[in-house]
Amino acid sequence: MNARLILIIILTTGFAGCKETVDPNEPTGFIQVKGSDTIVNAAQMVSEEFMKDYPHVFVAITGGGSGVGIASLINGTCDVATASREMKQKEIDIANQHGVAPREFTVAYDGVALIVNEQNPIDRLTIEELHRIFTGKTTNWKDLGGKDLEIVTLSREVSSGTHIYFKEEVVQLGKKGSTEEFYRKTLLLTSSQAIVEEVVANEAAIGYLGMGYVSERTKALFVANDDVGYPPNVDNVQQKKYPLSRPLYFYTNGEPNGVTKLFIDFTLSPKGQMQFSETGFVPIGDTDIAKENQ
Amino acid sequence: MLKRTSEFVIEACIKLSGLAVIIFVVAIFIFLLKDALSLFGVHSINDFLFGKKWLPISEPAKFGVIPLLLGSLYVTVGAIVICVPLGVCSAMFIAEVAPSHLKHVLKSLVEILAAIPSVVLGFIGIVWLGPFLRNTLNLSTGMCGLTGSLLLAFMALPTVISISEDALIGVPKAFKEAAFGLGATRWQTLWRIVLPSASSGIIAAVMLGIGRVIGETMVVMMVTGNSPVIPTSLLQPLRTLTATIAGEMGETVAGSEHYFALFAVGLILFIITFIINFIADICLRKARK
Repeated sequence: MNARLILIIILTTGFAGCKETVDPNEPTGFIQVKGSDTIVNAAQMVSEEFMKDYPHVFVAITGGGSGVGIASLINGTCDVATASREMKQKEIDIANQHGVAPREFTVAYDGVALIVNEQNPIDRLTIEELHRIFTGKTTNWKDLGGKDLEIVTLSREVSSGTHIYFKEEVVQLGKKGSTEEFYRKTLLLTSSQAIVEEVVANEAAIGYLGMGYVSERTKALFVANDDVGYPPNVDNVQQKKYPLSRPLYFYTNGEPNGVTKLFIDFTLSPKGQMQFSETGFVPIGDTDIAKENQ
Repeated sequence: MLKRTSEFVIEACIKLSGLAVIIFVVAIFIFLLKDALSLFGVHSINDFLFGKKWLPISEPAKFGVIPLLLGSLYVTVGAIVICVPLGVCSAMFIAEVAPSHLKHVLKSLVEILAAIPSVVLGFIGIVWLGPFLRNTLNLSTGMCGLTGSLLLAFMALPTVISISEDALIGVPKAFKEAAFGLGATRWQTLWRIVLPSASSGIIAAVMLGIGRVIGETMVVMMVTGNSPVIPTSLLQPLRTLTATIAGEMGETVAGSEHYFALFAVGLILFIITFIINFIADICLRKARK
């Protein structure tokens, strides 16, 4: 009961802070950030740094998937939605119907890494091979030069932005209007961590996740468009050599104001961007920051 | 005078709480029904009930509930097959065979079993039981129906044991004494006299166990792999009704087709548990007579 009271007090003062700004040097408020599991660790770091600079602003970060964040923004239950994919036109339409005008900020870049068990002899796959694996056209590792094991494909749940990105780019090979679906035996796991655990435990598994989740316990594959394969790392994403590179986004309802604006500005500032590079993502270049602020 | 007023107030409060429960149940049902039925304004009811594909984010989206329903059914049947013999036998041991000091220890252990949070069981399933089953049964993945069934059986055990035990203890002493008087052994008495007399109570225990298993979410979401395929064996990944709601609810926009579809799944789950609880209730009433 007490906790709830405190929350209500924080909430009300937060809203009051947005409108009144009695003391512009001491911003107070509460920011709810929801969405992508890929970004959740980086966002957590950004918010911790942010709260050091603005001790009276409280930032709450929750994951669940990009779809969760976007739905919350439309339902009005968060201030900032984080997403590892662009909002679909359909979602923007629904948002407009609900009186929400999404404003997009590119906050960092990420590569989608393919991970396999360390015992797996395969080091490199092409996009075409990945497509065949994840649509169930190739079902045994021996067809790719590996061991005689049935491939176990791992995916995130449908609420994940990475799921949708991967579906569009690999399962449907980026073709608009394609009706190809994930292999029906694909396991849908609830978090990136669950994918790591299954890959560590299962020699036949292959899963995808944001570059930030790649660890030494698993092997990240080189991915090739045609002949030359590149590992998922900061340089290859920055130079657009790694084929599965994508931007990460923050969305707000309309132009952000009050503490939300402070938070977005902080995220795009060098200090905020540093947190992204520390968690394994690629910060946006200065030119992009300039573009966002226009 | 004061006493009478306080009595009146207390009585009114109790009456109000009783009524509130009924109102809540009815309100939940109406809420569920309203949102679930909204689906059939935009999506054909046939495609929902008999559709074999669950592809909520595709264009066009497909909401076929059959894979999910069968997923839940497989896991539940698996769990019940494992848990009922084990549970009823433990109950027989605790009620009739065990010496009294052991009885107390066992009863508190069963209570502790009931207190283990489902996430903890799910975690054990991911890091230990799943890999163990994969290696011993030579499966392609440990994230399968069987892992879920085993963990759910574990979760339903306390319910099955304690209600069966109550039923066994409730058998009149005279029955047993008569059997012993006729020269029956302890085993014969237990198997042919006590167990049949307690059968309604045991069926109720099984039904409540099923109710517990079919509604469980966290464990199945963590260990069954969640592939929306029509299962043909417990050794392959499957997706249950509950895991679908929990996994997808967060990303639906209130009022969208997907949102209504999840409510329709919830309605199916509600109807199933309602029927099971209803049967359990009838059995329990029979047992009391």
